[in-house]
Amino acid sequence: MSVRSRKDGPLVCGRRAMLQGTALGLVAAALLYFPSEGVSEAADSEYAYRPVFFPDNDWHTLNSFVDRLIPADAEGPGALEAHVPEFIDRQMNTPYGHGSEWYLRPPMMKTSAALGYQFLFTPRDIYQQGLPALHSAIMQRYGKPFHQLDAGERDRIIGEMEKGSITLSPIPSKLLFGQILKNCKEGYFADPIHGGNYEMGAWKMIGFPGARADFTDWVDRYGARYPLPPVSVGGHGVQGGV
Amino acid sequence: MVSRNEKHTDVVIVGFGWVGAIMARELTQAGLNVVALERGPRRDTWPEGAYPSSIDELTHNTRHALFLQPSQSTVTVRHRDSEVAAPYRQLAAFLPGTGVGGAGLHWSGCHWRISPVELRLRSHYEERYGKDFIPQDMTIQDWGVSYEELEPHFAFAESVFGTSGQAYKVNGKIVGNGNPFDADRSTPFPLPAMKNTYSAELYSKAAAECGYHPFRIPSANASQAYTNPYGCQMGACTFCGFCSGYACYNYSKASPNVNILPALERESRFELRAECDVLKVETDSSGKKATGVIYRTSKGEEIRQTADIVILASFAYNNPYLLLLSRIGQPYDPKTGEGTVGRNFVYQNESGVTLFFGQDKFTNPFIGAGGNGVAIDDFNADNFDHGPLGFVGGAPIWVNQAGSKPISSATVPKGTPQWGAHWKKAVKDNFQHTISIHAHGTNMAFRDCYLSLDPTYSDTAGRPLLRITFNWHDNDVKMIRYVTDRMADIGRAMKPESMSVETKEFGEEFDLRHYQTTHIAGGAIMGTSPKDSVVNRYLQHWDVSNLFVIGSSAFPQGIGYNPTGIVAALAYWSAKAIRERYLKSPGPMVQA
Repeated sequence: MSVRSRKDGPLVCGRRAMLQGTALGLVAAALLYFPSEGVSEAADSEYAYRPVFFPDNDWHTLNSFVDRLIPADAEGPGALEAHVPEFIDRQMNTPYGHGSEWYLRPPMMKTSAALGYQFLFTPRDIYQQGLPALHSAIMQRYGKPFHQLDAGERDRIIGEMEKGSITLSPIPSKLLFGQILKNCKEGYFADPIHGGNYEMGAWKMIGFPGARADFTDWVDRYGARYPLPPVSVGGHGVQGGV
Repeated sequence: MVSRNEKHTDVVIVGFGWVGAIMARELTQAGLNVVALERGPRRDTWPEGAYPSSIDELTHNTRHALFLQPSQSTVTVRHRDSEVAAPYRQLAAFLPGTGVGGAGLHWSGCHWRISPVELRLRSHYEERYGKDFIPQDMTIQDWGVSYEELEPHFAFAESVFGTSGQAYKVNGKIVGNGNPFDADRSTPFPLPAMKNTYSAELYSKAAAECGYHPFRIPSANASQAYTNPYGCQMGACTFCGFCSGYACYNYSKASPNVNILPALERESRFELRAECDVLKVETDSSGKKATGVIYRTSKGEEIRQTADIVILASFAYNNPYLLLLSRIGQPYDPKTGEGTVGRNFVYQNESGVTLFFGQDKFTNPFIGAGGNGVAIDDFNADNFDHGPLGFVGGAPIWVNQAGSKPISSATVPKGTPQWGAHWKKAVKDNFQHTISIHAHGTNMAFRDCYLSLDPTYSDTAGRPLLRITFNWHDNDVKMIRYVTDRMADIGRAMKPESMSVETKEFGEEFDLRHYQTTHIAGGAIMGTSPKDSVVNRYLQHWDVSNLFVIGSSAFPQGIGYNPTGIVAALAYWSAKAIRERYLKSPGPMVQA
């Protein structure tokens, strides 16, 4: 399940290297302190990801959907800048996407919502059957696809899906909304090795140091801002982070 | 269909978590040959805990890499007897472990003893508050073992786990600013208490200002390098913030894999077979003697392992589940109150307060250790007068900063939308500036909360799933609401900019959609009579005397603390009885 297998080559940096990095980083930070969010990442205009799982129509819908769930603004990257759609596309080809974690044996039971998920759909099913149904519903209502609607219209539709007040079949709109929102936040905040959180942009925005994994020197620096930028499990960040 | 028999052994252990590891160690030391069967795969610090791949929230916490996936096996749940149960299809409210080390590989590390009164809960309440105080349908009872009897085993387990903490009283003498409500100890903690995080420090000050008695949580995260009595080594915890759900990369968190397995691996009398799923315990024609177990390998082969002693050491509800599948003992019937297997199923009853501070106060919640923190016990056990309050039970209240990761812990103030620009700004504004306080409360046993086999759903091996019938009762809602009010007082004394309070409402139904805790207990409880318990005070089955059923399944009702500490002590206590008494004269150690 782990995206990077142990056979994948020399990405592992080792704890020793990491610890040395941290120590050096603390010294550097003490000498020339600079706030991490002051460093803006250049947008990568060359970025073009070709989805493996999502067909074109669904891909457009997904992109314009997550763009509203986490919009781009001055606070930090939006879902598109964070490459959230790529993350979701890649997840669909993991065991998770195929629903292999979940108990999906019938029969389906109508029961109290408090007992949790009771559908027999895998995540792939939810997207594969949900996004085309959403597309049809939007075409009927607006005469144009979801991704051509303006931000306000998309927000209104998403808000209705959140309440379950749009009727979609066989995937209820609330289920589709919940699945996209969950995967969107995962892709925004997960380690970049999974395809989202591009250049750790979301971590830099909120101040999460990622895989630093050693705060021995900071645990009792009460109330003080942690000075080091985040590092990724992917090795590149570990080396380049300080 | 059983395809072959393995060579007979003295002891077969079902499940290799803390209990399996402790029993294997103790019984090989007694000269017995021990085979341990673990359903899940082999696991260890390398590779499961290796840095940096272990510091990955998505793989471990979100996708549950180390947990038992429902597709492999799950339970069904309903709120009351009149309903049809539905399967627990996605992991959420609780997260059962699997694999070598069990949940002990990826727990947090809060390592408690127990309040002595909780071991004789019914007697104590009847003595102090009168017989009528306990509601009719509340089926709480005494454990049949005392704190004094367990004390040496608590002490030894702490030395094995390398537990960090500050004692209050050792051999009757006050030795430091530990928990003044603690019972007497025979030893100090093997390691000094861990450093406080900022949140724990602020909480400690505020709790003291409110007149309470803060102390540092005993933690099985090592505050210093340590070598335990088995020669197993631990490194000092680095506060990485990746405990619960993760294998420790640094050998700092006690686990069966780090603290016991290295010693067992040098033991020729011990054999560990992973990916061996035990299907049933077999008994002879009299039904009074266990002859061994049948298990299924990952290749689908069914194998019989005979043994003189059978020990069930699996996760909480899997012990009673195996008894039900094996038709050992009488299943509990809530209508008549008869039968014992599945009786007194309990959970943990929790609430929380989240404090939000301003932009210039950095609480750094990503720093953390699973067992770290400061607690008060002023509202736990019977440390306060329940008379005017009208409920049984209580809760420790703590700041236990285990390390916030952004997918699971991007906490925002109540009323914030779940998406969009406002949500994003709220996450950004609060991630580095929050503190969470929790009440980790008791759940009392009730007549209508129990385990049985599900009539509808089965797993991939064709076994009926275990069915949980469970809901909250007014007693527990009353308790948690009372404790939450006290917790909110402390929260306000910490002077946050704003505060969110999560508590329970009367009539609220058990909700499986959000993580609460994996502290599940009961179903094969210990006690003083075979009429109302499955095992006697030595965790020995009342009817089948060569069968031992050990784990949180033995708790007659919920406790205020996390279960691992007392589970480990019960295992050592049972092992001592087996070594010193049972082996000399096999048979029931308590006459029914």
